[in-house]
Amino acid sequence: MKKLVLATAAAALCATTVMADVKVGMITTLSGGGAGLGIDVRDGFMLAINQSGRDDIEVVIEDDQRKPDIAVQLSDRMIQSERVDVMTGIIWSNLAMAVVPAAVNQNVFYLSPNAGPSTLAGKGCHRNYFNVAWQNDNLHEAAGAYANGAGYKNSFILAPNYPAGQDALTGYKRFYQGALAGEVFTKLGQTDYAAEIAQIRASGADSVFFFLPGGMGISFLKQYAGSGVDIPVVGPAFSFDQGILQAVGDAALGVVNTSQWSKDLDNAANQAFVASFQEAYGRLPSLYASQGFDTANLLISALETAEPADADAFRDALRAAKFASTRGDFAFGPNHHPVQTIYAREVVKEGDIFTNKIIGVALENHADAYAADCKM
Amino acid sequence: MRMNETWVNALVLLGLVAVPGWALMVDEPFTITLATRAAILALAAVGLNIVLGIGGLVSFGHALFFGLGGYAMGILAFHAQTYSALDLGFIQIEGSTSMPVIWLVAMGVSALVAAVIGILTLRTSGVYFIMITLAFAQMFYYFAISWAQYGGEDGLSIYVRNGFPGLNTLAPIQFFGICFVVLCLVLLLNARVQASPFGLALNAARQSATRVEAVGLDPIKLRLVAFVLSGAITGLAGALFADLNRFVSPSMFSWTLSGELIVLIIIGGVGRLMGPVIGACIFVGLEHFLGGLTDFWHIYLGAILLCIVLFGRGGVIGLLTGKEGAHV
Amino acid sequence: MSLILIIEQILNGLQFGVMLFLMAAGLTLIFGVMGLINLAHGSLYMVGAFAAAAVAGLTGSFLLGLIAALAAAALAGALIEMVVIRRLYRAAHLDQVLATFALILIFSEGTRWVFGSFPLFLDIPAALSGPVTLPGGIEYPLYRLALIGIGLGVGLGLWLLIERTRIGIQIRAGENDREMIAALGVDISRLYTVVFALGAALAGLAGALVGAIQSVQVGMGEPVLILAFVVIVIGGIGSIRGAFIGALLVGLTDTLGGVFLPELFKLFMDGGAAQKSGSALASMGIYLLMGAVLIWRPTGLFGARA
Repeated sequence: MKKLVLATAAAALCATTVMADVKVGMITTLSGGGAGLGIDVRDGFMLAINQSGRDDIEVVIEDDQRKPDIAVQLSDRMIQSERVDVMTGIIWSNLAMAVVPAAVNQNVFYLSPNAGPSTLAGKGCHRNYFNVAWQNDNLHEAAGAYANGAGYKNSFILAPNYPAGQDALTGYKRFYQGALAGEVFTKLGQTDYAAEIAQIRASGADSVFFFLPGGMGISFLKQYAGSGVDIPVVGPAFSFDQGILQAVGDAALGVVNTSQWSKDLDNAANQAFVASFQEAYGRLPSLYASQGFDTANLLISALETAEPADADAFRDALRAAKFASTRGDFAFGPNHHPVQTIYAREVVKEGDIFTNKIIGVALENHADAYAADCKM
Repeated sequence: MRMNETWVNALVLLGLVAVPGWALMVDEPFTITLATRAAILALAAVGLNIVLGIGGLVSFGHALFFGLGGYAMGILAFHAQTYSALDLGFIQIEGSTSMPVIWLVAMGVSALVAAVIGILTLRTSGVYFIMITLAFAQMFYYFAISWAQYGGEDGLSIYVRNGFPGLNTLAPIQFFGICFVVLCLVLLLNARVQASPFGLALNAARQSATRVEAVGLDPIKLRLVAFVLSGAITGLAGALFADLNRFVSPSMFSWTLSGELIVLIIIGGVGRLMGPVIGACIFVGLEHFLGGLTDFWHIYLGAILLCIVLFGRGGVIGLLTGKEGAHV
Repeated sequence: MSLILIIEQILNGLQFGVMLFLMAAGLTLIFGVMGLINLAHGSLYMVGAFAAAAVAGLTGSFLLGLIAALAAAALAGALIEMVVIRRLYRAAHLDQVLATFALILIFSEGTRWVFGSFPLFLDIPAALSGPVTLPGGIEYPLYRLALIGIGLGVGLGLWLLIERTRIGIQIRAGENDREMIAALGVDISRLYTVVFALGAALAGLAGALVGAIQSVQVGMGEPVLILAFVVIVIGGIGSIRGAFIGALLVGLTDTLGGVFLPELFKLFMDGGAAQKSGSALASMGIYLLMGAVLIWRPTGLFGARA
């Protein structure tokens, strides 16, 4: 499982090898069903490292196979044997919960490029833990706010029956002010939603909110489109990401989803990122790639002013977040989670490619609901 | 080269100590963690080997006991760390962070569940037994996923490893020591059981249930005892595994884990005392080294497993000693 | 809850059951004739779905995709039968479990190697898209009705094949007495390859049909595989009739349990808690059903041998 990726090919080839000053450990999902997300985070992260031209950052990349016990083992190895300064990469909340608390307590910095479980934002927050993506509830809250703005009064909401799914519905309800036509928990990994769609049809709802990440969302959207039910759907960006939109096809067209990033966000950093990512990897970047890219740039910006060895100065440098984010302005709240604007996007077709277009702002400068519980 | 099985066994145990010993000298703590993982998986598979190797019952649901052990640890430690009592309705129990207490609870709960499941399932045999044990494990898997109080799918993190009187369990080598000693004790127990009248009768019941009945023994009762013993050992391994990771999650109940335990036994040699230990060492080693070669290492793992089935009857021990393993 | 909704949910359960039957029929046929536990059956389902998605994507024709799915799965089935499975007929169940487990690893990562890590696109044909109105005012997706029809049709075809044709006689004879049909001069290894390819083709067909309304991705076969095993164990391993009844039972239990258990719990709990515990119980429903059936009849509903 050992893969050393040196920052630049030049450094790797150079006979007088420069000693790497900073060691970054990346644990992410590179094999099995969820590999697409991990690959995007890794590619985005490495793109930023390569662009920085720094040859003193060594990144050790490992595959967690989406298994918590493997992730814990890898993290032990990175801390004990590789002696990394900074860790990053984990995609899934349950893996993050298994790895992060132990890692940050061993004086390693952890920068989360994707998962943001509520515990780590609230009671379990830590001075060495920074989330560069979002707190898990954020996009769902934005969907609730969007539903208000769109005038929805009677939502049918559904999510898988597991903690992230329960948080999703809670997040939506936190902002959504209308009535509920129905609230359904599906089975995790469920692939057939005929029963739920029938319930939606019979419920008299004026809108549907769903959180079904990965393949579950693809199945739901295709079946929903085929059912003839035409109640508008809204959801978080996870089911409308660049990686899976092509697999949903026409069924996703016109669906509104909430995201803190979109490839058409109008700022210089983002345009450069989208162009260079396409050039480097031959595909459009996804939400996850943008998060990986931002995570690496945050790290690089902090390294400009301080070394991880000087933990307090390095922490302050991270907190300042002085980097050009693909999201435009970027700032951390008191619990080291982003305070950011979340947009409503619509799925459109550009040529043969399905992608997203921003149609408005769902929540302006939004912070998460758990910051008050965080005593750092 | 044909080797004496006793020698092979001794070599394996020696190797399992020597590797972490070497790692300690050269300061490679992660290698110790790997060896600990191998020892714990071996322990779980030793438990399974009692019903599978000696009893001839292919349980495809042993992850159930592994998970129960893990959750026994998780729940007790969770209540101890949050200073909340575990309310069972009729009785309130304090949590605990002491390993011996946790082990007893893990084995007790696993044995109890094994007894209930055994009574319900041991009337079936062959493929039906394979599938019904799988069904029970799946029930617990889905239950654990939706059990929000203890983390559901996210699992439960225990930030500090539980304690053992007189030892610092956070030092990798000391925790390895605990797991290794437990493994040796269970192997010893297993050897005694195999040679005991009970073990012989169980073995005979695998070969011919009618003959065992003819001498006045009840094969179902024999199998039930074996199943309970087996469940308890795998449960103990589950508690240790959870402590190794300081984390439990429903994935400990997953059917792929049940499959992996079976794989360990077949690699080593079915029904052999040390089969699971060799199997676990090889499996953990493959996982570690193949993963370093390519993202697609599962292909190679699959190919190696296939070769073991097709050409290596009797597992690694069978290859080394020239004897075929037990037929199931 | 209205009667229309209940009927619609029953149709959904039937459709799910019929798809499970396509998977389970191949699995039970292979076990019945050859006594083989094939964990890799889910991989053949995946092969079918990927072949259909790839060919439909290239040609734009769903029908060609279906044909490709049948061909690719049958070919993959015949290939693994001849290379691997053939050596395992006399081996213990345990070796079969391990070998086919290894095949899952190879197929899953091999598919990811060829097609990449992202899901593929496969859509239902335009002619079958959209809903139709059934008598009584029920709106139901046409494609799902077609799935029920195709599943029942395949079931009937399979019954005719086994009861009325020469190869069917050989299959039935093979289930009863392997030595005898060999003695009668039937080329048994060819028969086994054909049966295995047939079972694989059924799995591939199911994968392609279901792939059109779900996501075509690596690992899609394993959850269905477990369900198919539940089906054939409930029905009695080796029995096509049992697989059919079992598939419908599982389909209906899973669908109706997910809908009605939370409603039932709402009678004595508050909404949110009822929803959570009802769904939790529903997700265990089919395993409870299987446990109950096996405790009542240890060889399943129509099973003869263990």
